[in-house]
Formats: sequence, C-alpha cells, structure tokens
Amino acid sequence: MFFNSLLTNFAALEVGQHLYWQIGNIRLHGQVFLTSWILLGTLLVFISLGTKKMENDPKGLQNLLEFLWDYIRDLARTQIGEKVYRDWMPFIGTLFLFVFVSNWGGALIPWRLIKLPSGELGAPTADINTTIALALLVSLSYFYAGLSNKGWRYFEYYVHPTPIMLPFKILEDFTKPLSLSFRLFGNILADELVVGVLVFLVPLILPIPVMFLGLFTSAIQALIFATLAAYYIGEAVEEHH
Amino acid sequence: MLAFNFFGATEGGLFDINATLPLMAIQVVALTYILNSLFFKPVGNVVEKREKFVSNNIIEAKNKLSEVKKLEADLLTQLQSARTEAQRIVSEAENESDKLYKEALELANNEANASKEKARLEIESQTSAARDQLSKQADDLSELIVNRLILEK
Repeated sequence: MFFNSLLTNFAALEVGQHLYWQIGNIRLHGQVFLTSWILLGTLLVFISLGTKKMENDPKGLQNLLEFLWDYIRDLARTQIGEKVYRDWMPFIGTLFLFVFVSNWGGALIPWRLIKLPSGELGAPTADINTTIALALLVSLSYFYAGLSNKGWRYFEYYVHPTPIMLPFKILEDFTKPLSLSFRLFGNILADELVVGVLVFLVPLILPIPVMFLGLFTSAIQALIFATLAAYYIGEAVEEHH
Repeated sequence: MLAFNFFGATEGGLFDINATLPLMAIQVVALTYILNSLFFKPVGNVVEKREKFVSNNIIEAKNKLSEVKKLEADLLTQLQSARTEAQRIVSEAENESDKLYKEALELANNEANASKEKARLEIESQTSAARDQLSKQADDLSELIVNRLILEK
C-alpha cells in the first residue's frame, strides 16, 4: 500500500491509474482507447489523403507513403523471405505503424494538458494490455503462418537440429510474447516516466535531450517490434533441410 | 475478467490486465484490414506497376541497344565491302582507260607511220620522175646543142 501511494504520488505523476470505462460487466482503460483512436484516426486521415490520387509520378505525401511502403516491404522481405512475405506485409506494417504512431504520439503530443477525471492520456503502448495484445497477435500469427505453410510439418521446427531442443523451443513460445510485450511496455513507460519526472524537477531545457532520446527509443522500439514479429513469422515458415 | 494488481491496490496499477487487452487486439486486427485496403494494396499496386514498367523499359532498351549494335556492325561490314568494291571498280576503270589510251596511241602511231611512208614513197617517185624528166630534158638539150653545132659546121 505504501509502495503504491509512493509510486502514484511521486513527482505528481499518475502511475498505474486508469480512466475506467464500465461496459456491462467488463472494464476498459479508457485513456488507452482515447489516445489510440486519436492517433490512429490521424494516421488514417494522413494515409487516405496520401493515397487519394495515386499517380505514376509520385508527388508530396504519396512519395512519403511509398517510401514507408518500401521500408516495410524491405523489412518483411528480409525477415520472412521472398516466398510468403507478401501475405504478412500488411500485418508487419500495421504493427510497425501502430507502435510507431503510438510511441511518437505519446512522446510528441502534450497530453498532460488534457485533464481526465482519473489517470492521464499517454502513449497507448505504455499500457501493458496493448503490448500484450500485440505480442499475442504475433504469437498467433507465427503459429498460423507455420501451420498454414507447412501443415503438421511445422512441428518439425521444435525438434529441428536435435530433439534435445524440444523443451527450449516450447519455452520460446512463451518467452517470445513475454519479451515482446514487456520490452515495448517497459521502454515506453520508462521513457514517459523519465520525461515526466525531469519535467517536474527541472521544467526548463534539461528534459529536452531526454525527450529526443525518447523519440529515438520510440522509433527504435517500433522497428524492433516489427522486425522481431517478422523474424518469428519467417522462422515459422522457413524450410529446414 | 483477468485482473491482478501488482501494487496491491484494489484496482488499477501498472499491470492491471482487463478487457482492454482483447479489445485492443481486435482493434489492431481491424486496423490491419483497414490499412491493407487503404494503404498496402493501393500503394503496392502503384509501386509494383512502376517497378514493372521500369524493368520492362530497361529490358526493352537493352534489346534496342543490342539491335543497334548489330545494325552498326552490319553497316560497318557493308561499308567495308562497298569500299573494296569501289576500289576495284576504280582500278578496273583505270586499267581500261590505260588500255584504251595505249590502243589509241598505237593506232595513231601506225597511221602516222603509214602516212609518213606513203608521203616518202610519193616524194621518192616524184623525185625519180622529176629526175627522169630532167635527164630527158638534158638529153633533148644536148641533142639540140649537138644538132646546132653540127648545123653550124
């Protein structure tokens, strides 16, 4: 109890407090959905503006979107392989865009100016529910990718070099989503906390380098998440010889 | 409802897992479909169409270049053969004109020689005729002189 109050009151930061929405019997973290809707809405507006008039000679926003598309394709192709990367590119790209937009949106927009009755707005990826949701989707995806591409032969992967690997490979299925979700969650939450504490202690200048560092980590985390997701899928569809 | 509270609070906490998780998963899956139809498909179509266009153009240009090179080599051999042909024709014409010249020269020489010979023969005959006449006249004259001398006596 003491620990909790210390954490929640430290530097006037509200850590671990949520804006609860009660729908029937279920409870939701409202602030996560609010920020994600704002950020994803912005992303979708941005994308529909850029793809409204597609031309063969790209101009302006279309150029940027094509660069982004190319970047995601390269990421998916190098990790998943030439054969099936096309099927998984939208998923990998969505993960990348979702995490990137959430991280940067959380870091760049001064959400604290908007007062909520409880909790505060911030990066949706700083909530453990979001990152676990993403990580479990990645787990389901690589199982689905492996089974749909290789059928039951997918399970050869578990005994691939030698059957001794079996327990480790099974353990990996649990550590993969765990590490994916906690890495993202921890990095983004830590970044928000560090910036929050520094802003509270020294409101001028000093937080700026940390904010830049935060933007850097945010981008890197998005890349890491998408790359690892693609790598896991690539590992599942890879043919062993 | 999944919920465990890490920091011992009755609700809330950093690790408060609840229905946000499945709903967020559904939201991300929906976002995947939306982004696929709004972003990945259209942009992919345009980019891949352009890539195909560019690679087709490159292949076409390469084909054209090799065709041009082949034509160039073809033309070069044609030019070469035309040049040797021209040389041959020129030398042939030169030989012919040389021959004609020589023939004409010989003909003219022969003709000139012939007319010279004819003239010489004529001159000779005339000379002899004249000499005959002269000797005849001399004879006549001498006879006349003789007769006159005889008569005077």
